[in-house]
Amino acid sequence: MPGAGRRGAHAPTPAREFWLIETKGLRKSYPSGKHGRTVDAVRGIDLDVRAGEIFGFLGPNGAGKTTTLRMLATLIRPDGGAALIAGADLLADPAEVRRRIGYVAQGGGTADAVSGREELVMQARMYGIRKADALRQAEDALKAFDLTEFADRHCSTYSGGQRRRVDIALGVIHSPKVLFLDEPTVGLDPASRGQVWAEIQRLRTEGMTVVVTTHYLDEADALCDRVAIVDHGRVVVEGTPEALKREISGDVVLLGLAAGEAGPAADALRGQPYLHRLEPGEDGLRLYLDDGAAAIPQLLSVLNAAGIVPGTVQLQRPSLDDVFLARTGRSIEQS
Amino acid sequence: MKLARDTWLVFQRQVLLMWRTPIWIVVGITQPVFYLLLFAPLLKKVLAPMGATSYAEAYQIYVPGLLAVLCIFGGLYTGFSLLGELKAGIIERSRVTPVSRLALLLGRALREMVGLLVQAVIITLCALPFGLRVDPGSLLLAYVLLGLLALMTSALSYGIALALPNDAAMSPVVNTVAQPIGLLSGVLLPLALAPAWLQRVAEWNPFYWAVEGMRALFSGHPGDSVVWQGLLIVAVLTAVAVSASARLFSARIR
Repeated sequence: MPGAGRRGAHAPTPAREFWLIETKGLRKSYPSGKHGRTVDAVRGIDLDVRAGEIFGFLGPNGAGKTTTLRMLATLIRPDGGAALIAGADLLADPAEVRRRIGYVAQGGGTADAVSGREELVMQARMYGIRKADALRQAEDALKAFDLTEFADRHCSTYSGGQRRRVDIALGVIHSPKVLFLDEPTVGLDPASRGQVWAEIQRLRTEGMTVVVTTHYLDEADALCDRVAIVDHGRVVVEGTPEALKREISGDVVLLGLAAGEAGPAADALRGQPYLHRLEPGEDGLRLYLDDGAAAIPQLLSVLNAAGIVPGTVQLQRPSLDDVFLARTGRSIEQS
Repeated sequence: MKLARDTWLVFQRQVLLMWRTPIWIVVGITQPVFYLLLFAPLLKKVLAPMGATSYAEAYQIYVPGLLAVLCIFGGLYTGFSLLGELKAGIIERSRVTPVSRLALLLGRALREMVGLLVQAVIITLCALPFGLRVDPGSLLLAYVLLGLLALMTSALSYGIALALPNDAAMSPVVNTVAQPIGLLSGVLLPLALAPAWLQRVAEWNPFYWAVEGMRALFSGHPGDSVVWQGLLIVAVLTAVAVSASARLFSARIR
């Protein structure tokens, strides 16, 4: 992994690297303020992100997603570990990393009393782009992100969705290899979320690699090429949403049960060979098994023998929520 | 010259932002002018023990102190604007780019310095009808001293804003720093009026030397040793404050 030895091999042709981001054991702790103790925000993150993919970094609030992203974006220095980002070494050459990445914080970063166009020009110029070129690139970005309509109004007048799209345009004004987005859809209405994801997908089709954190697992499932699930500062599992869902077990069967029946039903079903796992769900039980369609008749006969008749039976494909639950023992909402 | 270019970039943006909130320009100009017009007339009698027998002489003692207090306090309070920029994510957005960290500080501090110097010129002009006389060379040197003061206190204030764990702490910390600096530098009334022990305490306050240097320049003694002493002390402290705050700009995030 990206030790000093391999750096030279990576540096000359970063764009052709299959892995655009490789991290090994990234760590960060913060002083907790009491008795010199520390809180381990990130306990050793290993990530591999491929060139040209949308990579989702998922987990509950406080899992270490934002801290990891801020380390990769050179905003905080890791306590330990290594990372190679678009061919540049994070610890040895953060300045070069900055040139190759874009980063959009959760809260954005636009000033109220300037226009979107002015912010884009300023951003380009902070990357060292000459004024004439900066003006032209800002104009191009306004067109590409469909912002021209309100480009010359002050940012304070923008809606949440408009401001977010300006934020993303700011993040890519210098055509970075990688764009880091921290919770880009949080706090937006569904229509604006859709627009933000459409922009992210457009950037991917233009060849950009996008790393996005989110705790909306359904969005990640639908839109990410690969995801890593983090919990307590570590990567719990990494892969395509499809593979992760397939891995935990085939199907989920939801049993709708009357109040008080969930306990006896669980007792009756426990020990059935086809059942991998059983969790209390909303108004009943969630059963994880390989082939739901085949198991339902057996399930029902076991329950009948115990004198329980479920109100409803639903067969579902597992979601990323189920993956998180299976890997951590908690649902993401509980965390 | 990446540093110069980046500093100019940040400076321009800050000027634009100031221009778009004109209320600060109005407040910034009216306040010191009020001090000049409403407070100064009390001074002739108060300053009589120092040999001020006319309004002109009273103003020669009072105006340099007023200008110094303007730059010291104006600079010390400028960190509050940085809190807003930190909260809005503007500093973080800048720090992800390769822009010079020193420029992020200098561009802002120089904007503050220019703003304060403009106010200083306005006050000087307003004092002329009251009989203030100062030779142009000394005045220019006084403005250099004021500019350094503004730069130093702005850098200090940005450093405080970056180093504090939360916004609520900013106000008490700045007030606690500003109050003894103000009282012990004799900005409004010369410490020559103070008892001996207070004067000795004041001699440990670098701002005291700056104010004394200002007064020497305004009273037509540019060769007085307190002038170069004041300039030297302020220049050294400015370099220290700027480099310390620039480090915080590159290292510290809130």
